[in-house]
Amino acid sequence: MLSPGSGSTVIKSKLISRRMFLLTAAKAVVMVGLVGRLVSLQINQATKYKSLSDKNRFREWKLAPERGAIKDFFDTEIASTEPLYQVHLVPENAKDLDNLFVRLKAILNIPDKKVSYLKRLIKKQKPWEPIIVSENLNWSDFSRINLFLHELEGVEPIVSVARTYPDNSSAHILGYVSQISKKDLQTKEYLKDLAVPGMSIGKTGLERKLDKQIIGKVGYQRYEVNAYGKRIREIKIDEGQAGQSFKTTLDYEVQKFTNELLKDKAAAVCVMDVYNGDIVSLVSSPTFEPNEFVHGLDKAYWNSLIKDDKKPLANKALSGLYPPGSTIKTLVALSALENKIIRPLDTFRCNGKIELYGEKFHCWEKDGHGIVNLRKGIQRSCDVYFYEVARKLGVDRLSETAKRFGLGKKVLNDFIEERSGVVPNTKWKKKYIGQNWYLGETLHSGIGQGYFQSTPLQLCLMTAQIANGGFKIRPRIVFDEKNDNLRNYLKYKNENPNEPLPTDLLVSNFNLEPLFKNQEHINLIKDAMFSSSNEPGGTSYRHRFQNPKFIFAGKTGSSQVKRFTEEQRAAEVKQENLPYKDRDHALFVAFAPYKDPQYAISVLVEHGGSGGKAAAPIAKKVIKKVLERHQLRRSVNNKIGEPV
Amino acid sequence: MLQPRSIHSSLGLKDKILSIDYILVISIFILGLVSILAMYSTDGGEFKYHTNSHILRFFIFFGMFLCLSFIQIRFWHSQSYLIYIVFFVLLLGVKYFGLTSSGSKRWLDLYFMNLQPSELMKIGLILFLAKYYHRISIENINQIRYLFIPIVALVAPIILVATQPDLGTSLLIAAGGITVAWLAGVRVKFFAFSGLAFLALLPIAISFLKPYQKTRILTFLNPERDPLGAGYQIIQSKIAIGSGGLFGKGFLQGSQSYLDYLPEKHTDFIFTLFSEEFGFFGSLFILLLYAVIVWRIVKIGNITRSSFGKLYCYSFATGFFIYVVVNMMMVLGLLPIVGSPLPIMSYGGSSMMAIMLGLGIAMSCRVYKDTPVN
Repeated sequence: MLSPGSGSTVIKSKLISRRMFLLTAAKAVVMVGLVGRLVSLQINQATKYKSLSDKNRFREWKLAPERGAIKDFFDTEIASTEPLYQVHLVPENAKDLDNLFVRLKAILNIPDKKVSYLKRLIKKQKPWEPIIVSENLNWSDFSRINLFLHELEGVEPIVSVARTYPDNSSAHILGYVSQISKKDLQTKEYLKDLAVPGMSIGKTGLERKLDKQIIGKVGYQRYEVNAYGKRIREIKIDEGQAGQSFKTTLDYEVQKFTNELLKDKAAAVCVMDVYNGDIVSLVSSPTFEPNEFVHGLDKAYWNSLIKDDKKPLANKALSGLYPPGSTIKTLVALSALENKIIRPLDTFRCNGKIELYGEKFHCWEKDGHGIVNLRKGIQRSCDVYFYEVARKLGVDRLSETAKRFGLGKKVLNDFIEERSGVVPNTKWKKKYIGQNWYLGETLHSGIGQGYFQSTPLQLCLMTAQIANGGFKIRPRIVFDEKNDNLRNYLKYKNENPNEPLPTDLLVSNFNLEPLFKNQEHINLIKDAMFSSSNEPGGTSYRHRFQNPKFIFAGKTGSSQVKRFTEEQRAAEVKQENLPYKDRDHALFVAFAPYKDPQYAISVLVEHGGSGGKAAAPIAKKVIKKVLERHQLRRSVNNKIGEPV
Repeated sequence: MLQPRSIHSSLGLKDKILSIDYILVISIFILGLVSILAMYSTDGGEFKYHTNSHILRFFIFFGMFLCLSFIQIRFWHSQSYLIYIVFFVLLLGVKYFGLTSSGSKRWLDLYFMNLQPSELMKIGLILFLAKYYHRISIENINQIRYLFIPIVALVAPIILVATQPDLGTSLLIAAGGITVAWLAGVRVKFFAFSGLAFLALLPIAISFLKPYQKTRILTFLNPERDPLGAGYQIIQSKIAIGSGGLFGKGFLQGSQSYLDYLPEKHTDFIFTLFSEEFGFFGSLFILLLYAVIVWRIVKIGNITRSSFGKLYCYSFATGFFIYVVVNMMMVLGLLPIVGSPLPIMSYGGSSMMAIMLGLGIAMSCRVYKDTPVN
């Protein structure tokens, strides 16, 4: 590096300059790198960073929308919203949290447990996220908070809205709302944009079915916030949109009446318009208090609900599965008539029991009914008669008719709690039980026991479809002014008695779906049901109406919970004397008025014993109530039908 | 500091004034004005504490720079060791009487200002080594025994500063010193060996690092590993710069800084703020100003005849460049956040003072470019 000869300073200068040149080159490279980085950040990725910067700047607070109301047929709100007074706390705005809680405790009477829970909650979340100190305050506490507000920095009194129900009469069919759970968020797509902390969603019943539309649109407040989350100014506010309100086919007055009637029983009642399928009443008992679910359920209350043997949370009308018992005899007879197995006047002798295939089959009447034809068979509910009919009919033909009339499949279809029940046949047994069908089982099926399983709603639909002359209807609970085809058809028929068009064509013109081959068969069944309810010897004769306006035609039934043993039979043990859990479920189906059927009803009383004793009296009262309100109901319908 | 009597000067005052590098002076002045604008923005568009004291400091130290320009180059040469020693003593003073703020002891309370001697040491070390290598003959430069003094002069202040702890400044001091040695002709081999030795010692050095310094390095390697914690500064700074786009959000419109998302916006992140408000073109303008300043100082080195002047100017220009680049790379997410101010732009008296002192000496090299130094 050193070359002697030239002056030391000059060499030094040259050396320095050479090395400086290298450094300068390096600097140039670094400068290019810096500019490159600026290009990358400020030009290539500017959009990305701009949106990140906006994300920083703006924070949105979602506002829970007001839930739509649910109204009954007469526009009475059976699920509405009420103002709700809450106290929220934004931890970062509070100067001294401990001190604040001491003050809040004094004003609101918060238990220590809750305070420590809230403190833990505060530690878990961001300091600008509000926590709910009190979910549901009464007005006096709320005004007290407002009075002391100047001392309570960070506390925000909030007026919100919450679901409220006038009473618990329709708790099952309406369902209840409760806070969104993690599972809800994962499984329900529509909640993705809707979820607001503290918002309630429908968990069961109509609240769940209608949730998507009834919930409304979430609003938001957009604030510009600084790095510490402090709101600097409001940029935009969107109030959101209240949810859609729904009118149902339910009659709140009947709901209340029925609910009161069923008090303390494990029972269900279902009332349906036989022409358009409007469900007028659907009550399950015992009921629960839906208002309790809105603001976080009390543990003790929840436990009491779960532990109750009468299962207050289950909607027995939709999800309770019971063998239809003798109520199925209407369909057994109809099926046999339609399939030309029997004629109405064919008779069998009932001695109280028959022996077939090495098994004894008993009639409920120990001494037998003597000579029995179809009408008497239904009137007296003679088991032996139906054993004979079922034996001839065979289970597969029976199941075909039963399915046609709506058994074995869901009626409403969009209620998560609804169950489809079972209509057994040989194929079904092979598939689900893996065994061949025994002929003895056909006999059990003929009186609605054995594998048969149905819900009270299905039985109601079955009865309604018999009552309306054998036409298919689609039950509904959300009001729909259209689809009264069957009534229009009947009206047309009455007004044009000499209509030259054949019935088939007429029926298809009105878009109807007949369930019969010969409508005369339906009328035979209706007549037999009439005799069961209104002629001496009929199983529900004692509960008949004298007033022609209310006369109904019905069919009793009891579904066996436990098989009656030969010993019990011999000892003539009465249902009332059995332990509660072993008693039969009492069933009753009917339609009324007989002359001009309007409504079908099904009544179930769990462990009520016989249908005639336990279920028919309830049906009688409900029928009266419903028929008394019939004119009113029709007037509403007519009003809607009128052109404006 | 009084202006010493110029003994051998043959220049008249008029000549001296004419020989000043006006491009350099104007560039510095413009940069100063820009920095005032930026400071005004950090105060939310008001003349508050930071803006006012920044203005005051800029003008005082800018005046000082102009005055220092007329001090004889010989004076700087003859007093280099002394200046270094004074600065070193001040550093020692920090160790015993320093003010502690946010966990590190960096400042001396001088009543009218808090002095950060480590900033001054950036210049002191360059001066010291420039004189040292000016004085030893070229044959001796690579003799091991002649390496002893530079190493001690380099390492001693670095250790003092690093243990304050102030890793960033100690590295910047080292950068200046190493530049002098490199320019003076110390063999590449030697730098390679010390580099290897440094790498070997690195694990031990890391074990001496404070936990927050370790996190900073880890965070630099992956800023998203703790977006609300240590990586926050880098992420927010990148967001601010990136969201500035081509033309920026406009003066006083930088939402990132206005809403306090930007950390340390007065000091280390002042470039981020400026870049957010004035965009790519604004950033280029700042880069250009710095490039001109560096270029002018290098130019002074080119025309200065003494090795001392050349060594000083080149090293100072390189040091200045490194300070700028390290700060920018830091806020652009290319280097860990080590805490180094942007010369002239950043708020901070000591940094301003040191830079103006350095520029003054460089300008004196220009004014007395033909004066021999012995």
